[in-house]
Amino acid sequence: MKVLVAVKRVADANVRVRVKADGTGVELDNVKMSMNPFCEIALEEAVRLKEAGKATEVIAVSIGPAKAEDTLRTALAMGADRAILIQADGRVEPLAVAKLLKAVTEKEGVDLVLLGKQAIDDDSNQTGQMLAALLGRGQATFASKLDIADGVATVTREVDGGLQTIALPLPAVVTSDLRMNEPRFASLPNIMKARSKPLAKTQAADYGVDVAPRQTVLKVEEPAGRKGGAMVGSVAELVEKLKTEARVI
Amino acid sequence: MTTLLIAEHDNEVLNAQTAHALTAARALGQPVHILVAGAGCAAVADAAARLEGVERVLLADDASLAAQLAEPVSALIVGLAERYDAVVAAATTTGKNLLPRVAALLDVMQVSDIVTVVSPSTFKRPVYAGNAIETVETSDTIRVLTVRTTAFDAAGAGEAAPIDTVPAAADPGLSRHVSDEVARSERPELAAARIVVSGGRALGSKEKFDALMLPLADKLGAAIGASRAAVDAGYAPNDWQVGQTGKVVAPDLYIACGISGAIQHLAGMKDAKVIVAINSDPNAPIFALADYGLVGDIFTLVPELTEAL
Ligand SMILES: Cc1cc2nc3c(=O)[nH]c(=O)nc-3n(C[C@H](O)[C@H](O)[C@H](O)COP(=O)(O)OP(=O)(O)OC[C@H]3O[C@@H](n4cnc5c(N)ncnc54)[C@H](O)[C@@H]3O)c2cc1C
Ligand SMILES: Nc1ncnc2c1ncn2[C@@H]1O[C@H](COP(=O)(O)O)[C@@H](O)[C@H]1O
Repeated sequence: MKVLVAVKRVADANVRVRVKADGTGVELDNVKMSMNPFCEIALEEAVRLKEAGKATEVIAVSIGPAKAEDTLRTALAMGADRAILIQADGRVEPLAVAKLLKAVTEKEGVDLVLLGKQAIDDDSNQTGQMLAALLGRGQATFASKLDIADGVATVTREVDGGLQTIALPLPAVVTSDLRMNEPRFASLPNIMKARSKPLAKTQAADYGVDVAPRQTVLKVEEPAGRKGGAMVGSVAELVEKLKTEARVI
Repeated sequence: MTTLLIAEHDNEVLNAQTAHALTAARALGQPVHILVAGAGCAAVADAAARLEGVERVLLADDASLAAQLAEPVSALIVGLAERYDAVVAAATTTGKNLLPRVAALLDVMQVSDIVTVVSPSTFKRPVYAGNAIETVETSDTIRVLTVRTTAFDAAGAGEAAPIDTVPAAADPGLSRHVSDEVARSERPELAAARIVVSGGRALGSKEKFDALMLPLADKLGAAIGASRAAVDAGYAPNDWQVGQTGKVVAPDLYIACGISGAIQHLAGMKDAKVIVAINSDPNAPIFALADYGLVGDIFTLVPELTEAL
């Protein structure tokens, strides 16, 4: 079973991103960039499938600027066998990403595609579902548990009401939720080894996919702030204020 | 043309978030039809028909739609789509699972999690865990939108609209429902509750979480939320997680107990009307946001609060 994992380079989860003064976007110069946390989880799951003897090969793919090579090197250090960089500058929307991933999936003959449920920069939560649609395959989003046996993926999903388990024949598309696993850290020897693993560099145009955005960002602004910071000295004072000042109880 | 709103339901009850998403759908300025896709869900269609401003309800009642899996439901919607130029759903896990699949089949880029309808093709949506609000204009002729329901008031009741039955699409058979683990609770639903009490890592164990948080929730008639740390540690179930990647809530009152206030948590609750924080660390970031901060040990203060209410 060949597994493809889509990994995105994003501003690190610990960075407090700021809106640019001119309202054209957010400030990303000199901001620490990392692999999207949900992609780390997807990759970890793929590597575990390989370690369990269920996957034969794990391929990591990223669409983005030349710098996304760093993200792919991390994926290789975590255990991916090889990587594909699809270089595209500027904003590449989930629909275009899904079209590129479809092309790779079909070219490589992939049985299972793992993605994150959400990229923590655009918070779109779309790409996996779109890829499954374009491939005409089943989808299991927000996965917290994945079992592969006899060509069927059995997936437990985190849904609003609790948990749901579904079964999909392979090939299929699965997106990871937070509690699927705890991703490993790449060890120093593995980081060294990753330098010599194969990393193919391609261009979006090589796949014949139109990546022109469908959406125009007209403005980016700060969210409405809220005036907090007031303290109370005791439970009695808190209850009093909730009753007479805030009037919420 | 017309807007198609997808109803959120469990085959028995129409979820309250549909009425909020309806307000966003109506803001597009066109007639709105509601699609109820499920099995044995006629009562849901009746409830949807009585929402204000609904022109028509489409009822697709078929065993293949019972679990509302994305593949058969998206096939159904795509079959109906030529009559519509906007498809809208609440940004619930069902809506988020379904709508991007519909969008891709229609070759459309979805606009996720809208909080404002600026014009029929221009929307505001939060990005970067709510650290920025983007205004985006879409060039797609069909708009596919998921709605952050806390940002829109619920539509009221109206005159009963007609209900048409529509056939399900041929089941693509790409996935099969196996089982559900759904917690039934007498408490209000987290996403719709007027009061939410939320516990964090400081609770220390499931036993202590239950011992502290349940009586407080009972006293206030509140829903219970949790931080990711509390869910990861098994103190609370996954569907209680509030935040960037959990549920977004905007109750009248949110009481955060032993939660530090990480940006990912704030993303899910900072639109609450009144925020109370109880934390032993006077420098916890949650205090910067709280209307009423109380410094101290939750193990003494939370029982004291429950008692005082
Ligand atoms: C991709 C990603 C997505 C995420 N999504 C979410 C999300 O959706 N929701 C979410 O909540 N988090 C999310 N997180 C995690 C988030 O970054 C924080 O790690 C998490 O919110 C911390 O939870 P906490 O506040 O309970 O724990 P901590 O940060 O450990 O805070 C515990 C607090 O309890 C206080 N405390 C300790 N003992 C006591 C006591 N006896 N009495 C009173 N106070 C006490 C401490 O002072 C501290 O402030 C996400 C992270 C990532 C990377
Ligand atoms: N540019 C990209 N390169 C690689 N993978 C991506 C890219 N954009 C999105 N993805 C994948 O799709 C998931 C969901 O992203 P999104 O739909 O943007 O929230 C991510 O976790 C990745 O697995």
